[in-house]
Formats: sequence, structure tokens, C-alpha cells
Amino acid sequence: MASTATMAGTEPVFHLEEEHAHAEGSSTMLGFWLYLMSDCLIFAMLFAAYGVLGGNYAAGPAPKDLFDLDLVAVNTTMLLLSSITYGFAMLTMDKGRVAATQAWLAVTGLFGLAFLSIELYEFAHMIHEGATPQRSAFLSSFFTLVGTHGLHVTFGIVWMVTLMTQVARFGLTEANRRRLMCLSMFWHFLDVVWIGVFTFVYLMGMLR
Amino acid sequence: MPDTLTKFIFGRLTLDALPLHEPIVVATFAAVALGGIALLGVITYFKLWGYLWREWFTSVDHKKIGIMYMVLGLVMLLRGFSDAIMMRLQQAIAFNGSEGYLNSHHYDQIFTAHGVIMIFFVAMPFVTGLMNFVVPLQIGARDVSFPFLNNFSFWMTVGGAILVMASLFVGEFARTGWLAYPPLSGIGYSPDVGVDYYIWALQVAGVGTTLSGINLICTIIKMRAPGMTMMRMPVFTWTSLCTNVLIVASFPVLTAVLSLLALDRYVGTNFFTNDFGGNPMMYVNLIWIWGHPEVYILILPLFGVFSEVTSTFSGKRLFGYTSMVYATVVITILSYLVWLHHFFTMGSGASVNSFFGITTMIISIPTGAKIFNWLFTMYRGRIRFELPMMWTMAFMLTFVVGGMTGVLLAVPPADFVLHNSLFLIAHFHNVIIGGVLFGLFAGIAYWWPKAFGFKLDPFWGKVSFWCWVVGFWFAFMPLYILGLMGVTRRMRVFDDPSLQIWFVIAAFGAVLIAFGIAAFLIQIFVSIRKREALTDPTGDPWDGRTLEWSTSSPPPAYNFAFTPVVRDNDAWWDMKKAGYIRPLSGFKPIHMPSNTGTGVILAAFSVALGFGLIWYIWWLAALSFVCLIATAIGHTFNYHRDFHIPAAEVTQTEAARTTLLAAQG
Amino acid sequence: MKRFGALLLFPLAGLLSGCDLVVLAPAGDVAAQQRDLLVVSTLLMLVIIVPVMALTVFFAWRYRQSNASATYAPDWDHSTKLELVIWAAPLLIIICLGALTWLGTHLLDPYRRIDRIEPGQPVTQLHKPLRVEVVALDWKWLFIYPDYGIASVNELAAPVNQPIDFRITSSAVMNSFYIPALAGQIYAMPAMETKLHAVINRPGTYSGFSANYSGAGFSGMRFAFHGLSDQAFEQWVAQARTASAALSRESYLELEKPSENEPVRHYASVDPDLYGAILNLCVERSKMCMNEMMSIDAKGGLGLAGVRNTLPLQYDKLARRGAVFGNDPFYVASICTAEEAAAAARAASNATPTDWPARNLSPLRGAGLLRPGTESRRAEADTPSLGLLRREL
Repeated sequence: MASTATMAGTEPVFHLEEEHAHAEGSSTMLGFWLYLMSDCLIFAMLFAAYGVLGGNYAAGPAPKDLFDLDLVAVNTTMLLLSSITYGFAMLTMDKGRVAATQAWLAVTGLFGLAFLSIELYEFAHMIHEGATPQRSAFLSSFFTLVGTHGLHVTFGIVWMVTLMTQVARFGLTEANRRRLMCLSMFWHFLDVVWIGVFTFVYLMGMLR
Repeated sequence: MPDTLTKFIFGRLTLDALPLHEPIVVATFAAVALGGIALLGVITYFKLWGYLWREWFTSVDHKKIGIMYMVLGLVMLLRGFSDAIMMRLQQAIAFNGSEGYLNSHHYDQIFTAHGVIMIFFVAMPFVTGLMNFVVPLQIGARDVSFPFLNNFSFWMTVGGAILVMASLFVGEFARTGWLAYPPLSGIGYSPDVGVDYYIWALQVAGVGTTLSGINLICTIIKMRAPGMTMMRMPVFTWTSLCTNVLIVASFPVLTAVLSLLALDRYVGTNFFTNDFGGNPMMYVNLIWIWGHPEVYILILPLFGVFSEVTSTFSGKRLFGYTSMVYATVVITILSYLVWLHHFFTMGSGASVNSFFGITTMIISIPTGAKIFNWLFTMYRGRIRFELPMMWTMAFMLTFVVGGMTGVLLAVPPADFVLHNSLFLIAHFHNVIIGGVLFGLFAGIAYWWPKAFGFKLDPFWGKVSFWCWVVGFWFAFMPLYILGLMGVTRRMRVFDDPSLQIWFVIAAFGAVLIAFGIAAFLIQIFVSIRKREALTDPTGDPWDGRTLEWSTSSPPPAYNFAFTPVVRDNDAWWDMKKAGYIRPLSGFKPIHMPSNTGTGVILAAFSVALGFGLIWYIWWLAALSFVCLIATAIGHTFNYHRDFHIPAAEVTQTEAARTTLLAAQG
Repeated sequence: MKRFGALLLFPLAGLLSGCDLVVLAPAGDVAAQQRDLLVVSTLLMLVIIVPVMALTVFFAWRYRQSNASATYAPDWDHSTKLELVIWAAPLLIIICLGALTWLGTHLLDPYRRIDRIEPGQPVTQLHKPLRVEVVALDWKWLFIYPDYGIASVNELAAPVNQPIDFRITSSAVMNSFYIPALAGQIYAMPAMETKLHAVINRPGTYSGFSANYSGAGFSGMRFAFHGLSDQAFEQWVAQARTASAALSRESYLELEKPSENEPVRHYASVDPDLYGAILNLCVERSKMCMNEMMSIDAKGGLGLAGVRNTLPLQYDKLARRGAVFGNDPFYVASICTAEEAAAAARAASNATPTDWPARNLSPLRGAGLLRPGTESRRAEADTPSLGLLRREL
């Protein structure tokens, strides 16, 4: 590395003649991945907290007293289906079909809403029975982990509505495609997190 | 007004929250208010508001944001240091039955605020500011990857600082120590607003820090000039990359753990409570999983600064570039495997303790290798002892002592006798002042001419240097001795009169450091006054080696008229040697991001949200949250975020520089 | 070891004469071994620190710009041999230090029973350990002597050259139990128990305190630790027995309330179940003890019925408790009586063997260390100064 001698016969090039194009948004995907990983770390912490505290029922109810696996299975289906429909939205986006993209996005959003409604029903039911987040460390960490995921889904739906408005107004422009791509990553990420929640919280909770 | 309405409007904020009964705070408030009014008056008188708003507050230029970070760090340094000197004074006089001049309510806030401010609002802004200013220049980029995000990150950091400052005059700050261990920081034992100020200030600032970390990683990965492979990046850029990886991989942990603490305090969950199955030890573990990488977040960029400075002022290539890079990466990874050494005394068991003790010691190997690399960079060099190099020398002689005591504390049985003692305080001030702060002063002296086009006045710089270095030894060596005398930290009064002499020496050291800070401020003032004499029209005052020295000082908005092509890791040194000739024509229009005020507005709403949550003013919290989301969404409807600098303007700017260089001869 | 210590202190000796560096000159064997480790580690590191500092100054002086006679090699930036040295030298030091750390940490594990009173004097069956139960309160220390049925506030006494067996907990927030002259510190945490084993070798009065900030009264959370001869200790116990107060659950709840700079106080008798109740957060009789709760949880909780098993919090040592959006403060009610709970706690604490010294003291796996009862190694006899390698019993 110490040698800085130029190759014989060629003039050293010190700068680009043309504007060095860092196309707008060229870093966006990397940046969004990094954001997702930092968000993933937050979930990791919540999973860790659940792992530590999940067995501390404070002489109160345990998972098998509270969880209704059928309901959770329906819920999981809703979220998985929404991921599939988002996939269709992306396929139609690639073909440049605005109306179909919007329709698939709307379906995705509805599945997301269904997921949230079921989750809220589950929460309300548990709280009604007295299993509040204050009752035990297990319930605190359960409500926080699942609730944080739910908040992310809520945020994703708000974002989706925003993007649908923008697609309606400005069409599938370069910027809008990029944004739809980011939301797609976000949405699938939430799906992956949910699979973790489903497995570690619900299924393993019932086995405990 | 009916009581319920008052409660609705003001939450738990009452007139009692204003500390009118604490004369020290009232005097401080008067001073800050008068100073603030004077400053605002001056800005208004000289009609600077428009200029500041257009050219600075809303700027997305990484150089200006970097400078604003540095200003924030400097302002908060004054606050954090006044806390320090108050503590030193209290501990120097609270003997022989004297209570000193601070009651525990006040004193406990001061040491908490000192720690929080120095780490989050002094060291972090300084470090982030330096990286923001230097990294894009060093890699030959025109800006960072996400310029708007950069502006937003900065204002979120300011937002956190505003909340901390507000706690001085409205209500109180936490009385828990800077990491707010539960159960003490839980609602049962700290029912007042102090811990809430702590939580929300750090959450608001933490958002900014995480986003700025993502931004700088993307910038370094994606925006490097052609030819600059990873192994040709300047060492400062490398250390910045590692630091930002650490930020992105550790600040979310802080966010999560503080959220859990907030839930405990607001909703009554049981994460860190004693009862109901909660586990306070989990908080201690989680916060140090963030806290230890944080230490390396602070020091790594300064290792980069020392590398640049040593190499430049020795007029020599950096010795062992590759091993330097690997050492940095190894430190980055290892910093996640040592968190438990902050609480060996929790009773984890001998095998766990020795594992974490030994991993901690292993970190000293790459760190030691770095020290040797700087040593052998000096070897057979031509060392110019200008200010940055003086700070580097002070660092090398100071930091090794701190490193040694650090390894000592990593031996669990030794830690059992030294943990939480003033020996520990001396150790981490030894590395933070001797490493981070000395590095920052080196960096500021080194890159100041790049930022402003004139050098800093060397006389006042030397005064500041000697006050700091001597003051540091006077202030902290007694603490090592006190630690060996079994004196623990955070004590307010003492009953053993034989300790007093050491505290008096330490207080004297703190006063010397105060002179050092004053001399630094005078240095800046004098340098601005004498800027004509100190001017540097070349843009390369130190015979620099990396790309930032190839452009003018201060650099134009677009940094480089043409994107440089890199052939060596000392790119500019190589260009100078290979007969680089500055291009004078053929300029093209340059694509640049536009300024926006959205970042300021979002941060303002975040502060309002935090304030509402702290004081239980729910309408304010709800309203500002809705506004926050609405503004963010509104911002995404703006698709025109960039513009082109016309070729004519570039030509004009470059021609002006040509004239300047020609006048220089 | 004294030789090394003196060496380290030499440059400071003049300045430091007249001040009590208790960490470097402790009066207990455990603290002395910790001191030895501290000093040895320092010396080990000085092996590399001193040359580095000297080289820094030398290079800075030798290669200053004005010294034109020095070699200048602007492009010299690599040397494999040097790189090898600069990585290997710290590595070797850390290998030594790491080995020392592994051994020292295991030998000086505060949970491990001590096996010697002082160098050359092993613990035998004749040494009956003194049991002390330590409770960190806001902001004072409570010491319970279960073998004597007495207790004291902010005063601790122990006979010299007798092993002391501390059980440590806290009533509310985290503190750290530290007597620098005796042994290293260990945290005192609510609803948890930490242990410390130590011995005091020289009679005298030493200071002890909390080494972890715990709130407003933290500075005054200090106590005197008296190392006493056997007779003096018996006298101290007898004197404590003459105190008028008795420590019952009720008087403990009174004592537990936050107070600062408490004077020394003795209790002639102590409710034998009190410490267990403090540790399990169930001094109030109707509250469910933590050990009871944990065993219920281990069996899967109390089901949905369990959510009703709560009572509103009546007693509270703090002015306010409970979050703004939470429910009113409550606690989990006990489903067995306080006596049953106490019996369970007693059974649990008696489950640990009380014979002293335990037969196999050492959980050591480290190479270079011998399990007790195996042949002594020659090398061990040659290096007694480290104070780390354990003598055979």
C-alpha cells in the first residue's frame, strides 16, 4: 500500500469528470434495514424480559389459564394472510398497475385491522377477568411484548393509508415505489416477529 | 378556578414546582434568564433570526449540523461542569459536622444531572458533531445519506437537552444516580417528576442518536468516493463506522429498558418492582448492555482523531493501518461481552464473574496495540508539537493510567474492594477526560481551520491545555487515593476529617479545569477577533493527508466541485505527491438537498409531548403526539426535497478560491 | 506481599503518611488477599505501562521536528515483527492476569466459605462461624445474630479470628454492604439474599457503610464494626441482652420506616422468623411470602381464581405508591398463615449444611489448582507470597 507510483503511461485520475451520481434513495434500503434491525433489538429486549419474567405469575393466572389458542390461531392467520396480500400488492406494483396495487393494499390493511381487533378483544377479555398488566410480572411482560407488536401493526396501517393516499395522488412514482418497498419490509418484519410471539409466548406458554 | 379544571390543565404542575425556595437555583435561573434574554436581544437587534433560521436551524448541510452539535456540546459542558464544581465544593467542606451547603435533595440531583449531562449531552453531541462534520469530507461525499434525518436527529438531541435544562427550573431532576437503578427509580421510591424528566429526556435524545447512527453507517457504506475501498478509508472514518454500528446496536436497548421503566412508573407494571415477580436486577443487566458499548461509542471516534493527528503531525503514514482497523473492529465486538463487570458485586458467582473479568481484560489487548501503533507512527517521524499533537501526547500519557486502573477493576476480587469507590470515579474520569475530552480538544483544534478558515489562537490554546492537564491530575489523583482509603462515591457528608485534604486538592484541580474551560472559550473569542492574522486560505494548514484537506476552508456547500477519485488510504497526501492540479473549469450543476424546518417542528412537538408526560398534562401529551404524527405524515407529502446548484455558481465559487490561492502565492 | 506493597507505595509514601489506606492495609484475611491480588495485578500491568510511557516521552523528544539528526521515514508504516510484538506483549500480560483472575475470583468468591483464618492457619472444626443476618434499611443497617437471638442497629461486632457468615438482604432499595477492613463488598438487594464469608484478624473498630447510593439518607448509612476478643464479644452480647427493646414483626415495621443518621440501638430479643419474613417481603402477616409465591408459580400459579387473591395495601412505609394509570396499590394475600410460612422458610434455610468446614469446599476446575485432599504440589509451597494458592487443610 505504501507505493503511490502511477502505472507507466497513464495519467493519474484524481476526480470524476461527470457528476458522481448517488441516486436519490440509493441508501434508503440499507438505512431501512438498519432501522429494522434496531427495532428488532427492541423486540429482542422485550422477548428477553418475557423470558426472564414469563414464569413469575405472582400466584396469579398462568398462560394456560388465559390463552385461547383457537383465537390466536385465527389471529395469526390474519397476519400471515396480510403478508401474502402485501406480496401481491408488490407484484402488481412491479407491473405498474395502480388500481390493483391499491386494492391489494386495502385488503392487507383490512387483514391488519382484523388482527388488531382480535388482539384488542383478547386483551379486553383478559383485563375483564382481572388479569391486568399490573397483576404479575408475567402479565406485564406479556402485555408489553404483544402490545408493542400491536402498536407496530397500528403504525403500519397508518403508514399504509398514507401511502395509498400518496399513490392515489401521485401514482407509482419512483419515490412511492421505494416507500411501498420499505413498508413491505416493515410489514413482513412484523410477521416474523409475530411468529416469534406465537411460538414463544402462546405455544410454549400452553406447554409450560 | 375549580380544582379539577386546574388539574386537567396543569396536571401535577403547580407553583411549588418552581424552586423559589432554593437560593442557588434561583440565582442560576436569574443568570441563565438574563444571559438568555441578552442573547435573544442581540439576535433580535442584529436581525439575525431569519439568518439563523434559514442558514442554520433548518440547514441539512452536514457541516453546519456538525457545528451546531459542537455548540450544543459546549453549552451543555458549561452546565455539566458547574454541577461538577458544586459537587467538589460540597465534598471539600462537608466535614467535622458541617452539612456543607447542599442538602441531599439538591446534591443528589446534582450528581445525577452531572453524569447524565456529561455523557448524553456533552460527550455524545461532541462526538456526533465531529463525525458529522468530518466523515462526509473524509470520504469525498457531498452530504450524508439522509440529510433531513440528520437535521431531525440534531434537533431531537437538542430536545432532550431542553428537557434536562427545564428540570433545573421547573420541578426537579432525578435523584437516583445517572443510570436510575430501580427500585430506587420506581414510582414508590421516586414519586416525583425527576425520574420522568430523566426518562423522557433520554428517550427524545435517544431517537436522535439512533437515527444519526443509521444515517452515518449508510453514509460510510454507500457514499464513499470511487476508489475508496473499505481498507482505504481513513482511520477516523473506520472508527466512526464502528461507533455508529455500536450506536445502532445498543441505543434500542436503552430505549426498550427506559420504556419498561416508564411503564412501571406510569401504568404500574411489574418489570423492575420488588414484588409481584418483578426483577430489578434485570434492569441493571439491560441498562449495562447498552451502557458498556456506550463507553466505546464515546472513545472510538477519538481513537480515530488521535490516529489522524499523530500521522499528520509526525508527517508520516500511520503505522499498522490494518492492525489498527482490526483492533477497532475487535473492540467493537468485545464491547458487547463485558457488561457484567459493572456489577461483579451483585453475586453472580465466580465463574460468571471471571468470564466477564477476562473478556474485559481482553479488550485491553487491541487497545494496547493501538497505543503501540501511535507510538510507532511517531517513531522516525518529524513531530510538530502543535495543539492537536500536544493533546494527543497528553492523552497517551494519561489514558494508559486509566486503562491500567480499568483492567484492575476488571479483576473481580479487586473490584469487590474498589467498586463504587472514588477509585472507580477516578478511573472513568481518567479515561473519559484523558481519552474523550482530550481527543475532542485535539479534534477541535485540528479541524477548526477546516470549519472556519482560520486557525485557533495557539497561546490561549496552550493555556487551556496546561490548565486542563494539570487540573485533571490534581482533580483525580486524590480520588484514586481516597478510593484506596475506602471512600465511596455519591457521599454528601463525611465524618473522617483526615479525608478532607484530598477533597480540597481535588477541588483545586476542578478550579484549574474551570480555568481550562475559560481559556478555551477565550481562545475561541480571541481567534475570532484575530481571524485575519490566523487565516488559512490554503485549506490545508497542517499538511494534511486525508480528503477533507483537499477542499477549501470552510468547504463550499457542495464540499467537492468534482468527486475525488481515491488511490491510497492517505488520499490527499497521495494526490499532493503525484502532482495533483486543481481543476479550474468544466464544472457541472450539483445536486443538493433542500433545507427544511420540519426537523425543528418535530423536535418541538416531541419536547411538548415529553413535558406533558412528565407533568401528567394529558391534553398536552395527546395534542403534541397527534401534531407530531400529522407533521411527520405531512412531511412525506413533500416530494421536492432537492435542488441543483447551477454550474455558473460552482464556477464562481471555485474561481474565488483560485484568486485566494493565487494571492497566497 | 508486604514487600511488594511497600514498593508500590514508595513514591507516595511521604505524601501518604498519616492517612489510612484501609484497602491496602486491611485487618481481615479476605480483604488482605484481595489487596494482594490488586497489588500483583498492578505490578503485572506496570510491566507494560511503564515502558509505553517511557517510549512515548522518548519518541516525542527524539523525533521532534527540530531534531534534524533523527531518521525520518515518512513512508515506513509496516513491520510484521513489530506488529507481532505489539500484539503479543499485551496478550501475554493478559494471559497471566486472566489466569490470576480465574483463580482469585474462585478462591475469593464471597459465597465460598473461607478455609483459613490467616496465612498458615486453616479453619478447623473448632472454629464455630458467627452467623449474622444483615438487612439494609432506609437508611440504617440492621444486624441480627440468630445464634444469640439479639440484634443491633448500626453497630456490628464479631470476635477476632472466627469465621463470619453473613446473609445479606435489603428491605426496599439496593445497597452494598461494605466493611473495607474486613472484606470486599456485596450488594444488599430486596427479596434476594447475598452471602459473604469473612474473618477479622485484628481487634479494633472499623467503619462499614453502604457502597451503593440508595437515596436521601445514604451518606449517614454508616456503622461501626468492632473486631473484639472472645471475652469482649461475650460482653458485647451480654450488654445487648440488657437492652429493653425486643425486635418483633411490629417493631420491625416501625424501624423500617425511612430515617437518617440513626444512633446505635440494641435489641435483647428477636423474632426468630423475622429475617426470613424480611427476605420474603412478608413481615406484614397477611402478605404472601416470596418463597410461597415462587413455589406456587413453579407449580403453575393459582389460575384465574388467583387474580382475586389480592387485598388493598393498608400499610406502606412510603407516603405514596402506585402509578397514575395503575390500579390502587394492592398486595397478594397469603393463603397459609404466617406461622406456616415461617416454618417453610426455616426449613429452607436449615436445608443448607451447617457443619464447618464443608468437606469439599472448592468448586474449582482451574488447572493448576488442586482439589482439597489431593497431594500438595511443591510449587505451591514455594509461592506462598501470592496469597492465592490455598494451603492444604
